[in-house]
Amino acid sequence: MVRTLKGKYGSGIEPLTYLGQNYMVVDRSLIPEILQVLHNEEHFDYCVDITAVHYPAREKQFDLLWILYSFARNERIRVKTQIADGETVPSSVPIWATTNWLEREVFDMFGIKFDGHPDMKRILLPDGWKGHPLRKDYGILQQDNEWVQINLGIESGQ
Amino acid sequence: MTDPNTLSPDLETLDLETHDKTFLDANELVINMGPQHPATHGVLRVILRLDGEKVMGLECVIGYLHRGVEKIAENRTYTMFNPYVDRMDYVAAVSNGLGYCEAVEKLLNVEAPPRAQYVRVILTELNRMASHQLWLGTHALDIGAITPLFYTFRDREEILKIFEKYCGARLTTHAFRIGGLQYETYEGFEKEVKTFVSFVRPKIDEYEELLTTNRIWLERTKGVGKISGKDAIALGVTGPVLRASGVKWDIRKALPYANYKNFDFDIPTGENGDTYDRYLVRMAEFRQSLRIIEQAVDNIPEGPIMAKVPKVIKPPVGEIYHSIEAPKGELGFFIVSDGSTQPYRIRVRPPSFVNLQALDVMCRGQLVADVIAVIGTLDIVLGEVDR
Repeated sequence: MVRTLKGKYGSGIEPLTYLGQNYMVVDRSLIPEILQVLHNEEHFDYCVDITAVHYPAREKQFDLLWILYSFARNERIRVKTQIADGETVPSSVPIWATTNWLEREVFDMFGIKFDGHPDMKRILLPDGWKGHPLRKDYGILQQDNEWVQINLGIESGQ
Repeated sequence: MTDPNTLSPDLETLDLETHDKTFLDANELVINMGPQHPATHGVLRVILRLDGEKVMGLECVIGYLHRGVEKIAENRTYTMFNPYVDRMDYVAAVSNGLGYCEAVEKLLNVEAPPRAQYVRVILTELNRMASHQLWLGTHALDIGAITPLFYTFRDREEILKIFEKYCGARLTTHAFRIGGLQYETYEGFEKEVKTFVSFVRPKIDEYEELLTTNRIWLERTKGVGKISGKDAIALGVTGPVLRASGVKWDIRKALPYANYKNFDFDIPTGENGDTYDRYLVRMAEFRQSLRIIEQAVDNIPEGPIMAKVPKVIKPPVGEIYHSIEAPKGELGFFIVSDGSTQPYRIRVRPPSFVNLQALDVMCRGQLVADVIAVIGTLDIVLGEVDR
């Protein structure tokens, strides 16, 4: 499978294996097409998870990952891409309905927006909250004190 | 019977642009349920759009229990984070511990010794039963059957006693350690587990006697909250909910972890994907868990309970995704190591969070009272939904 994809897209895809787990690093521009192909042609019909990792020192700060599983092949694969802060990615809700909440969580925690998402808003934190907690520059004790003062009527949540 | 290959009209016609405009229709009533509501199993808020008694759609508002577990993980060492995972799905703390410990072990490239593997399987399966018992009691209570709650809590107590004797805790059982087990089993552990198995087997028949052919139970659960196999897969639903829709998939068989491949057990499935079938699937899982425990407890090998793990855990640079079949579905841990003593990033893939997303599709066209039944049948734990 990886070989056909590699033949089709060339240097945009780099298939890798670590500890027996397959993943591929894909160029940001190829992401929508690759996800579509994996779903439609390679039978990866179950999107397990979407998540991100923040590397503040890098120019393209975020690793964005899709973990996919295929029932027909009994195989799991991770698709990984790098994006810069402020860059958006097309939503995969039309491909896998489950990604609705998963993408909202990535937006909530990292501030990565997904184009065409039906309801791109925070999911775990309150709507008016400032900041995205899983970014590395967000301290562990940091809070949106303004939000806390207005909505909870206390000086600080600490 | 639903055809598992057809998408429900809800998913097929899900128009992303105009999805929410129906809120403005004059005939619709929007009501709020929760977050303080006994039948939401914690702090779940549901905004219901109703046409009379009929649910036209709903939206879940979550996050009331958000503690930032993933952020905490980045500021703790691998060992220090271990007890935190018990506090996500606090009803099945042992399963969480197993998933986390195995993921870190994979990253370290070590494997727990056989003795530890057997004890892990026994405790995890006991925990699966405890989780299902709590689910059955509260789910039946939500629907109006009070008796099963007393039965299930009476029997769950026996499991908690074993946990307490083993590791000192009843709820947040920090039983496993990276590389094996926290403690050696206590004197008479095997005997007590065997006694429990023979004690609880007739009790499961007792639960079934109360409910399986009970007319009120049938009326309240049959055909309620239906979801087809195809929809369930598209929505990422896992665990008993997926199996009740006719998809025979269990990570213990599909991608075996621990030493589950040594045991003989079946994957129970349903046909209709309704609340009743999900009940039957979980009842069958009780019996399968008992089968696994029986096989395991007779064969616990002698030997060490800890693999050779360095005192300071420093996995090499890399990333891993490992998932297990928790009582509620696929529980996954995605860990990124930068070679230091603290994880660079830990992502938890919680089954309850993903399953809860299906609530909207499952409740459309049903009555308000059925929403309660469907929340119960999804078996969510808000500690895990919000993390």
